[in-house]
Amino acid sequence: MLKIENLHASVGGAAILKGVDLDVRAGEVHAIMGPNGSGKSTLAQVLAGRETYEVTAGRVTFDGQDLLGLPPEDRARAGMFLAFQYPVEIPGVSNVYFLKAALNAIRRQRGLDELDAIDFLAHVREKLKLVAMDESFLSRSVNEGFSGGEKKRNEIFQMAVLDPKLAILDETDSGLDIDALKIVAGGVNAMRGPDRAIVVVTHYQRLLDYIIPDRVHVLADGRIVRSGDKSLAQELELRGYGWIEQEVRG
Amino acid sequence: MKTEPGSVEALANREYKYGFVTDIESDAVPPGLSEDVIRIISEKKGEPEFMLAWRLKAYRHWLTMKEPTWANVHYPPIDYQDMVYYSAPKAQSGPKSLDDVDPQLLATYEKLGIPLQERAILAGVAVDAVFDSVSVATTFRDKLKSLGIIFGSFSEAVLEHPELVQKYLGSVVPVTDNFFASLNSAVFSDGSFCYVPKGVRCPMELSTYFRINAAKTGQFERTLIIADEGSYVSYLEGCTAPMRDENQLHAAVVELVALEGATIKYSTVQNWYPGDKEGRGGIYNFVTKRGKCLGARSKISWTQVETGSSITWKYPSCILQGDESVGEFYSVALTNNRQQADTGTKMIHIGKNTRSTIVSKGISAGHGQNTYRGAVKILKGAKGARNYSQCDSMLLGDTCGAHTFPYIDVANATATVEHEASTSKIGEDQIFYFQQRGISKEDAVSMIVNGFCKEVFRELPMEFAVEAQKLLGVSLEGSVG
Repeated sequence: MLKIENLHASVGGAAILKGVDLDVRAGEVHAIMGPNGSGKSTLAQVLAGRETYEVTAGRVTFDGQDLLGLPPEDRARAGMFLAFQYPVEIPGVSNVYFLKAALNAIRRQRGLDELDAIDFLAHVREKLKLVAMDESFLSRSVNEGFSGGEKKRNEIFQMAVLDPKLAILDETDSGLDIDALKIVAGGVNAMRGPDRAIVVVTHYQRLLDYIIPDRVHVLADGRIVRSGDKSLAQELELRGYGWIEQEVRG
Repeated sequence: MKTEPGSVEALANREYKYGFVTDIESDAVPPGLSEDVIRIISEKKGEPEFMLAWRLKAYRHWLTMKEPTWANVHYPPIDYQDMVYYSAPKAQSGPKSLDDVDPQLLATYEKLGIPLQERAILAGVAVDAVFDSVSVATTFRDKLKSLGIIFGSFSEAVLEHPELVQKYLGSVVPVTDNFFASLNSAVFSDGSFCYVPKGVRCPMELSTYFRINAAKTGQFERTLIIADEGSYVSYLEGCTAPMRDENQLHAAVVELVALEGATIKYSTVQNWYPGDKEGRGGIYNFVTKRGKCLGARSKISWTQVETGSSITWKYPSCILQGDESVGEFYSVALTNNRQQADTGTKMIHIGKNTRSTIVSKGISAGHGQNTYRGAVKILKGAKGARNYSQCDSMLLGDTCGAHTFPYIDVANATATVEHEASTSKIGEDQIFYFQQRGISKEDAVSMIVNGFCKEVFRELPMEFAVEAQKLLGVSLEGSVG
């Protein structure tokens, strides 16, 4: 579903991704781990189409389609979702209005009819349960005044509403207490399915106790330096990242 | 991974949708201003003597005045002798119904998306359409008449209700008030007049569509609304203008008078031609709007959405004379490309326990310059007066400007005056967040700006709120590259 080949990207002239290769198939959950500054978040943002980053080499296809030539909204409409590490506040725009505009933009792309207010609300109410949020949440402005945990839950809620083919979760576990972590993981697990791929970007193994990955990759200095199954994550938890970085340099 | 910013910019270059000139034979006075021209105008309209005297008084005073320069706007000098001061579509004997109206004129309204009859009937709005200087069609008059409501053109009011006109004309904006108001008083050719009698609640929104058409004709409308004791009226004003190359002066005067316990709600969506991307052409909108809360517990509420004109100079104000009277001002002003707006309000508290609210939202994009200028004046006798002001500015891009000049003058120690202000920008991270959810850049900007203006839009009557939101979206297209 997602195929990354030799991806290089830089910001302000500084190279951050230095040849990333990754192959994610439908139905799989991949974890990308790595020390701070290794390029994990850059990878997530580049895939979503953030203009701050310049792609200097490489190729990415999504469902066989060249991804890098598409503007961010077309990537989203094609079925890619990014759960942001730091969801931004949008004062004055309510959650429900925002989500309806998003869902209908995506539905239009898929050749489906736009949902009217009643059908939309029914759809959304069901998804709210998934992240244990009440309805008052819908009328609040997007992320405005939300706690860290609420922001992260909102991202998962949006993912559930928009029903993407590929979801990239960027440090979704950071800043969550254990209860919130369980809710978020529960929401993600409910989304697992044979037609969907999920890429979890995380610094800690903790989240992977709840979202069991099929594959684990270690990103260091802009490259994937090691891949394995879930036991790799456990090894990293025990030994830290130092040994891998040393191996790479050595 | 450049994602073709050009696509958004292309939209910015979209031409003004309402630009066209209708070819209708005009009955125009030659350019220039003199006492003779004023006499001609008055005579053509068949006005009584007091009107001519009033006009001449205004003109003579105007000759002693200088064009104001204190506003934060810049434009080349206006040649007042190069302007046409009167132009009326040639009407044979005055249309009795829509069937008698020049079909080409009706076609113009069609182009503007204002199907007069249908719109009036479906929306329950009585329309007094001002085309250039003379009212050509008025609907729903009979229904209003049965309630004793007088609503029609100013010219007719002068002839049919001279006592009301003589009593209230200039009572809020005197002929000596300011340069543009004095000019208007001297030469205004038409406008709207409304009188709502005691205790009557006007059952429909009253609406007028103003439109400038004949080339080189400044339009000087005069509107006077009087709400008698305990009455209520909501008045809507909206306008679009055809495209042309030269700047056009638009110097209107609106006077509102609210007697004891009366409420007047005045809503404007202003979309005059704003000029091209380089600022060529476009309307100079130098307007004096003022309401007087004459009686106790009266209320005047102004709501305006200003997206058009190359220059806007406008301060809808309230004189809160009656005890416990209430003044409100809700404003959205948007400047894009080379547009300049200097707008705000004055709340003059005279009576006891008078209250006023000011909510101003300024949006600047492109090279637009947006100034909020407001005065809150609490006079000595205004015991217990209260004001709350909120002025928010939003900047799109880094070549535009937002300026705020609040003047507060309190002469009574029991008064409470609050002022809040903020300035924000639409962040690249916010736009990206929308895009990542499948929403285009233009829609993102439009949604954020509409969210920013929500407090003002909810003051607008339903049909206007929808129009205003659309207008904002169109006016902003291409402002974020």
